[in-house]
Amino acid sequence: MSKKTVREALNEGIREEMLRDEDVFVIGCDVGVRGNPFGVTMGLGNEFGFDRVIDAPISEPSFTGMAIGAAATGMRPIVEIMFSDWITLSSDQIINVAAKMRYMFGGKVEMPVVIRIPMGAGGGQAAQHSQCLEAWFNHIPGLKIIAPYEPADCKGLLKSAIRENNPILYFEHKRTYALKGEVPDGEYLVEIGKANIRKEGTDVTIITYSAMVKTCDAAAKKLEEEGISCEVIDLRTLLPLDYETVINSIKKTSRVVVVHEAPVRGGIGSDIVAEINERAFDYLDAPPLRVGSLNIPVPYNLTLEAATLPSVDSVMNAVKKVMSNE
Amino acid sequence: MEQSKLDQVKKYIPCYKPMEKLPEGLTIEDVKQMFYDICLIREFDLKAKDKWRSGKIGGFCHAYYYAEAIAVGACKALNPDDYITSTHRGHGHVLAKGASPDYMLAELYGKVEGYNKGKGGSMHLADVDSGIMGATGIVGNGIPPATGAGLSAKMKKNGKVSVSFFGDGATNQGTFAECLNMAAAWDLPVIFMCEYNQWGIGTDFHRVSREHDIYKRGIGYGVPSVQIDGFNVFEVYEAMKEAVARARRGEGPTLIEAKFMRLLGHHVGDDQSYRTEEDINDIAVLYEVEPLVRTREFLIEYGVDPKEVEGIEQKAVDRILRSVEFCENECTEPTLDTLYVDVFADGEIII
Repeated sequence: MSKKTVREALNEGIREEMLRDEDVFVIGCDVGVRGNPFGVTMGLGNEFGFDRVIDAPISEPSFTGMAIGAAATGMRPIVEIMFSDWITLSSDQIINVAAKMRYMFGGKVEMPVVIRIPMGAGGGQAAQHSQCLEAWFNHIPGLKIIAPYEPADCKGLLKSAIRENNPILYFEHKRTYALKGEVPDGEYLVEIGKANIRKEGTDVTIITYSAMVKTCDAAAKKLEEEGISCEVIDLRTLLPLDYETVINSIKKTSRVVVVHEAPVRGGIGSDIVAEINERAFDYLDAPPLRVGSLNIPVPYNLTLEAATLPSVDSVMNAVKKVMSNE
Repeated sequence: MEQSKLDQVKKYIPCYKPMEKLPEGLTIEDVKQMFYDICLIREFDLKAKDKWRSGKIGGFCHAYYYAEAIAVGACKALNPDDYITSTHRGHGHVLAKGASPDYMLAELYGKVEGYNKGKGGSMHLADVDSGIMGATGIVGNGIPPATGAGLSAKMKKNGKVSVSFFGDGATNQGTFAECLNMAAAWDLPVIFMCEYNQWGIGTDFHRVSREHDIYKRGIGYGVPSVQIDGFNVFEVYEAMKEAVARARRGEGPTLIEAKFMRLLGHHVGDDQSYRTEEDINDIAVLYEVEPLVRTREFLIEYGVDPKEVEGIEQKAVDRILRSVEFCENECTEPTLDTLYVDVFADGEIII
C-alpha cells in the first residue's frame, strides 16, 4: 500500500496487466512516445516496446474498430480516446460492432476490449473537450460502463476490466488525475458492478460517481454540520449498476439525490431515478432529485463554466429540498 | 468475342481479360472445385431469393450471384485459418471460405441450428471456426475489424492474413482511407478486396465520385494496388495469390479492385427503377462474361467432358436442395428463453 495519484494508479494497472498477459496492448493517439497528454501511459512504450503501445494516426473510427477486430481474434486491446468528446468518432464501431458482435454471431466470439475515455470539464477547455457522454452508451445493450474516482478503484477496476471478455467503456475524469490516495501495490482487483458506500448516513442518500464524488463529499460534510446526515454512494460502475446497494440505502434514508457532471436531461441520473421509482417508490418520503450540469454546451469562460457544472452548493440545495418535502 | 461486343464489355470492365490458360498453381481439378463453388453460391442465392419471396426468410436478402468469381478466386488463395470479413452482400464469401450451406441457410431461416443461432440473419453470417469473422450490415464498417484481425495476426506472429471484402460504396467511407493508411504504415497482413459493382443501392458510383479507379486511391496511401477483371476467377486468384504472399512475407497490405457489374437489384425485391432502359440494354452483354458462364466455357474448352461439367452443376443444385430440406424438416425455432443469452460473455445476464 502506498500513496499514488489516479494517473499513477492507472499506469500501474495497465503495466501489471501487460506484464501478466502478452495479448494486452495499448492503442491511441500519443499514447506511446509521449505517454498520453495526461501521463497515464508514460513509460509503457519504453518498457514494452512501441509495437505494444501503439501511437495511432488521428483516425479514431478505424483504430477503435481495429482494436475491436483484434479483440475478436484473441488480443486484449486497451484503446484510448484522448478526450471523451471524440468518442463520437468511434461510436459506430463501439455501438454497432463491439456491443453487438457476440450476440449477432450467436455467442461465437469474445470481445475483450477496454476503451479508456478521459472526460469532464474544468479549466476552460470549452465545449469540445469537456463533455461527459456516458449516458449515451448506457442505452446500448452489450456494453459495460465504469467511471471510478478513488485511485485504488481506478487501478482495481481497470485491471478487472482488462481481464473481462466484454467490451468496456472506462471513463476517467481528467480533473482527478492528480488526486492521491492509498493504492495497494501489486495484484488488486475491484469487482465490476459493485458500488461503494463512502460515508454512512441516515437522512438522505447521495448517489454519484467520478469527479462528482469530491463535490458530494464536501456537500455531505457541510450538511452534517447543519445536522443533516448524508449517505454517499460512489457507484464506480454505471453498467451494470448496483441497485441492491442503492435500494438498501434508500430503505434506510427514504430520500435520494443523484449527482453527475453530465447535463441533467437524459443523464444517467434520469435512468436511476426512474428505476428507484419502479423498485422503491414505497420507501420514499420525497421525490428523488437529479443534479447535473445545465443543459447547455460547456462554455469557455471560467465563471460561466463553473456556473454550468454542479457545485457543492447545488448539491446542498438539492439535499435540503428533498429534506423539506417541498 | 466479336469486337463490338468486346468494346461494350470493356466500357464497364476496362480490364476485361479472357480466361485463356490455367493459372500457375492450379490444376484442372482445382478449377472443377472452383466451378462447383461458383455453382453452389449461385444456387444458394437463387434458392434464398425464392424463399425470401415465399416469406420463409425475413429481413433483407442481398444476393451475391454474378460476383462469385471474387469470393471463390480470393478464398482459393487462402488457408482455412486465415481471416475474412464480409458485407451485407456476403453469402458468397462465407460459402467460399468453407462454411456449410446447411447452417448458413438455417441462419437465414432464423433457426437455432443457424451459424448465429437465429440472432444474426443474412447480413451477419459468421463462422469463427472457418476464419469468417462475420459480415456487417453497415457499409464500410467491416474494414476496421478486418484490419484489426491483421494487426492481431502480426502481433501474434501466427502467419495468418486477413481479407476485407467491401464494395465500391465503402470506398467513400472514411474507414477505407484510414485503414489503408494504417495497414500501410504498419505493414499489416491485410488484403483490401474491393468488389466494384458500380452501384451503391440505387446510386451510380460515377454520379458521386470523380475518380472511378479505386486502385489509384491505394497507391496514394502507399499500398500496392491493382485493378482486375472481377468476372474472371483466375484473375482474382492470381492477384490474391500475390497479395497473400506479400502479406505473409511481412511486406504489408494490397488493394485489389475487382471491377464487375451488379446485374441484379440491390436486394431481392428491388425493382431497379433507378436504372435506365439504356443501361439495362447496355449491360446485357455482360451476361456472356459472368463468372459461371465463363468458367463453364473454360472447362469445356480445356477438354473436360460437358457431361461432367453438367454433373458438377447438378451436384450444387442437389446440395442446396438438401440444405432446404434440412432447414424445413430438421431445424428448430429458438425459444424465448434464449433472448438474453450471449449478450455478454460467460453466461452473464444484465437486465
